[in-house]
Amino acid sequence: MSDFLRDALDLQVQVDAIGLGAIFALMAVGIGLVFGVMRLVNFAYGQLIMAGAFALAFASDRDWPVGVGIALCFAVVLALSLAMERVVFRPLRTQSAAVMLVATFAVAFLLQSIALLWFGPLGKTATSLVQLNRPVSVGSVDIRKITVVAIVTAAVCLVLLVALLNRTSIGLHMRAAAIDSQTARLLGVRANLVSTVSVLIAGVLAAVVAVMLTVQFPTVTPTFALQETILVLAGVVVGGMTRLLSATLGGFLIGYVSGLLGGALPSSQSQYLPSFVFGLVILVLLLRPDGLFTRGRGLVERV
Amino acid sequence: MSSLELRDLEVAYGGVPAVRGLSLTVAAGEIVGLIGPNGAGKSTTLHAIMGLVPASAGDIRLADRSLRGRPPEAIARSGIALVPEGRRLFAELTVDENLRLGLAARPRGAMTGDEIEEIAQLFPIVEEFRQRPAGALSGGQQQQLAIARALVARPSILLLDEPSLGLAPQVVDLVFSTLRTIAERGIGVLLVEQRAQRTVALAARTHVLANGELRLTLTPDDAADTDRMVAAYLS
Repeated sequence: MSDFLRDALDLQVQVDAIGLGAIFALMAVGIGLVFGVMRLVNFAYGQLIMAGAFALAFASDRDWPVGVGIALCFAVVLALSLAMERVVFRPLRTQSAAVMLVATFAVAFLLQSIALLWFGPLGKTATSLVQLNRPVSVGSVDIRKITVVAIVTAAVCLVLLVALLNRTSIGLHMRAAAIDSQTARLLGVRANLVSTVSVLIAGVLAAVVAVMLTVQFPTVTPTFALQETILVLAGVVVGGMTRLLSATLGGFLIGYVSGLLGGALPSSQSQYLPSFVFGLVILVLLLRPDGLFTRGRGLVERV
Repeated sequence: MSSLELRDLEVAYGGVPAVRGLSLTVAAGEIVGLIGPNGAGKSTTLHAIMGLVPASAGDIRLADRSLRGRPPEAIARSGIALVPEGRRLFAELTVDENLRLGLAARPRGAMTGDEIEEIAQLFPIVEEFRQRPAGALSGGQQQQLAIARALVARPSILLLDEPSLGLAPQVVDLVFSTLRTIAERGIGVLLVEQRAQRTVALAARTHVLANGELRLTLTPDDAADTDRMVAAYLS
């Protein structure tokens, strides 16, 4: 047990856990933002990331420059996000949460099946950015460049998003629509524009996550990012789904805890990692069903 | 300025008629009242104008263009603003943010200094508490903010759903005198109210609804005629 604690407190493990937490936080924002504005839990979010990762692998296969690969990744993820919003989310906007959830399940498995048909179960490899896995030494700690990139990128994305929500009129419209969509529409807020913008922002974040995850896990298969998405969904619920901030913190926390447990568990026991994490999720939900980071059940700002 | 016209409006909820054959006009700069017992169809009429419930027959026209079948945001953008029952402010947003949401109905642009000045003149309290969360205001202050928010949209027609509900008498005085000022600026006002006598005294015409039908129309001269008012409700 003391070995476990020592390993968990190890600076190296801490830094890696924060890096993973940062990526999960971005995914949580993508899921939380769309939930706030559209009341829709987008289970297909992971498949957007998977599609972006395949775009990177596709470009890397053809030895295209890194910039072109990243641009293709963004283009694929954003086009898919827009298509999802137009074809599935928007027509189902007035349906119950259960109908919308099942619809996103269907989209998720559809995209996964298409990836399986096109790329096969073994997938492809995205190698163009792997040099970011090289470590830089800071004192006794070796920090991989991608960890620094992940933390900085997540921080920049979050600051930009907060600025957009608080300082622009479309941000104000999104917050209003998240609180009370009908009243917002009565004031002239365009529901379609607001949902398109939130889906696009979530798409940008999915593309960013796709780039960062493929650096760490260059083998892209049809189930790429699936487990991460399930973890983040759990994190979002644990943090408190009804507020963007608490959902983001929940995403970060579950990434951090996964990183910590992954670093501290002896490698012979690493297959137990999901059991540990989800055991913790159940415990937190039993103790704080409204979310770890929410206060009471009163009126809350969802975006 | 454009006028609002309802022509033989019919609204039904699940086959049950809520508004039947209602026709009325609100011209620029005029206050029109709509009173009647609970369930008479007053709020439903406002909801139908705003596109929240579909009209099953008849027409709703603004400046002689039909609004039927258009979504609420398009109707708000065409120049009709609603102050909803219960005010429906965004309690956790600031007073300023609530006001700026009123701009959503305008094609573009921010509030000019003149407009802020004008709102401050009409509603000093709203100006004073601009950075507070709207939920921290008193009921009367919230009602003023709700009306101010609707005016920021620069509507040609203002609809109000029971603005005096739950307010202290002196605040009701303030709200009613504000409505007069608003109408004097050329905005047409359609006022749904429970306070029948005050509404009849204020409005150029007050229509009495019962069971979704227009029963009679009263003028300010009828405000003192208690028998006629009571008869209007009991008819």
